[in-house]
Amino acid sequence: MFVDKDNVHEIVALVKVGGTTVSGLITMDDLTNEEILEILDDAERLLPVANGELYLPLLQGRILGNLFFEPSTRTRMSFETAMKRLGGDVVNLGDVKTSSVVKGETLFDTIQMVDGYTDIIAMRHPRQGAAQYAQDSARVPILNGGDGAGHHPTQTMLDLFTIKQAHGKLEGLKVVLAGDLRYGRTVHSLSHALTRFGCELVFASPELLRMPAEIVSDLQAHGATIIETEDLYSMMNDADVVYMTRIQKERFSDEDEYAKVAGAYKLHANHLSDVKAGMIIMHPLPRVDEIHPSVDATRHARYFEQAFNGVVARMALLCKLLGVKVPSDVNKAGGAL
Amino acid sequence: MSNEHSMRRVTAIRNGTVIDHIPQGHALTVLDMLGIDDKTSVPVSLVMNVPSKKMGSKDIIKVEDRELTQAELDRLALVAPDAHVAIIRAYTVAEKMTINLGDEIVNVVQCTMSNCITSNLREPLPHRLKVVSRDPLELRCHYCGRPQDLDELVNNVL
Repeated sequence: MFVDKDNVHEIVALVKVGGTTVSGLITMDDLTNEEILEILDDAERLLPVANGELYLPLLQGRILGNLFFEPSTRTRMSFETAMKRLGGDVVNLGDVKTSSVVKGETLFDTIQMVDGYTDIIAMRHPRQGAAQYAQDSARVPILNGGDGAGHHPTQTMLDLFTIKQAHGKLEGLKVVLAGDLRYGRTVHSLSHALTRFGCELVFASPELLRMPAEIVSDLQAHGATIIETEDLYSMMNDADVVYMTRIQKERFSDEDEYAKVAGAYKLHANHLSDVKAGMIIMHPLPRVDEIHPSVDATRHARYFEQAFNGVVARMALLCKLLGVKVPSDVNKAGGAL
Repeated sequence: MSNEHSMRRVTAIRNGTVIDHIPQGHALTVLDMLGIDDKTSVPVSLVMNVPSKKMGSKDIIKVEDRELTQAELDRLALVAPDAHVAIIRAYTVAEKMTINLGDEIVNVVQCTMSNCITSNLREPLPHRLKVVSRDPLELRCHYCGRPQDLDELVNNVL
């Protein structure tokens, strides 16, 4: 696609999906609440396909381009698994160190190439705004798998799926988000989505890693009730969800600054004696020491199921953005493996 | 000192553009934004820190033999939104223009977030700042969404 630098704002690739116009999923603002709930319903019905109990090749003949410019295990693998479970195929950028990126290729040029090879692109990039930039450069939909400390909306969809699985609803829950709220893109996207469903938010973090002020003011402008605190443990007792995050060493340029906040929270099974019976503990993983293994065996731990839910949520998103309807009765539509 | 006297600090021009009521100290940034530099062949006069009843003090620029276009002037919305612009023909004001702040500022300044994708100047798509609020002025990068520090932004002229 030729792009005239002076007029490029006129050229935004839009993809028609089931009567709605979407241009990929860059932030949670790209989905309405109704669309979020529809996708979560689709994901629920796709569970037997994600589990490998049912074969349903809804995306046969479609190709996903996996462009991961920074390390990823769960997001990359779950996108790949999701596509393959639905009969589609995947091409990978591979290791950035052996790609054209090290030769100085721009993101724009990389996207032009992959846009021609694939039907949809999942991308992670160390720079903020890279996903929107890629969407403006591409004709195919972009799924933002994380852009610097920006957004991670596909993680949010699997987080919402996990919360809805546990509580049967999203509306009106009390959710504690803890750890690195400054650089943690998962909590940025998730807090936006939870606000839209009327959840009460508690942001627990060391002072250095507080939620960015512009995000807090955006959320408050949308009517959010927010408590900011450094004290995680006293906020857990009436919570429905405690969402822990890792303090990301790789986001610090100064080792001393990292040392000041490393290990700020260490959630142990001993901390859970007074919490609600139905409270769930989530984590986008990988964890370091913020959740002690003693928590794993409690009924509150939900992070490994959450990681699995990445497959089913991304299956539903791939279908949505590729304009493929998930059948209302997947058992009837699918076949045994 | 009256405005008339201020304007006489430099010679009246026969043809060209006068930009008056530039906030004090911003004349050089305005020249930068208009792409007027040492390679410009037409005469350019610049007065800084002129007393002004309305603004306390102000800067003025006169560009001879060149009529700036509306698109060129709109680039100034960031630093001199209330500047008065006059097109001069045969020593008289032939046209008065105002600077318009649109919904977006395109390819004028670079996002102030150092980790924004647009910090790689080899990337070819335009730099785009969305106008979120006009009063007070609030701009956000189209790509990374970061609110812009306006004081820092004037140092990021492209």
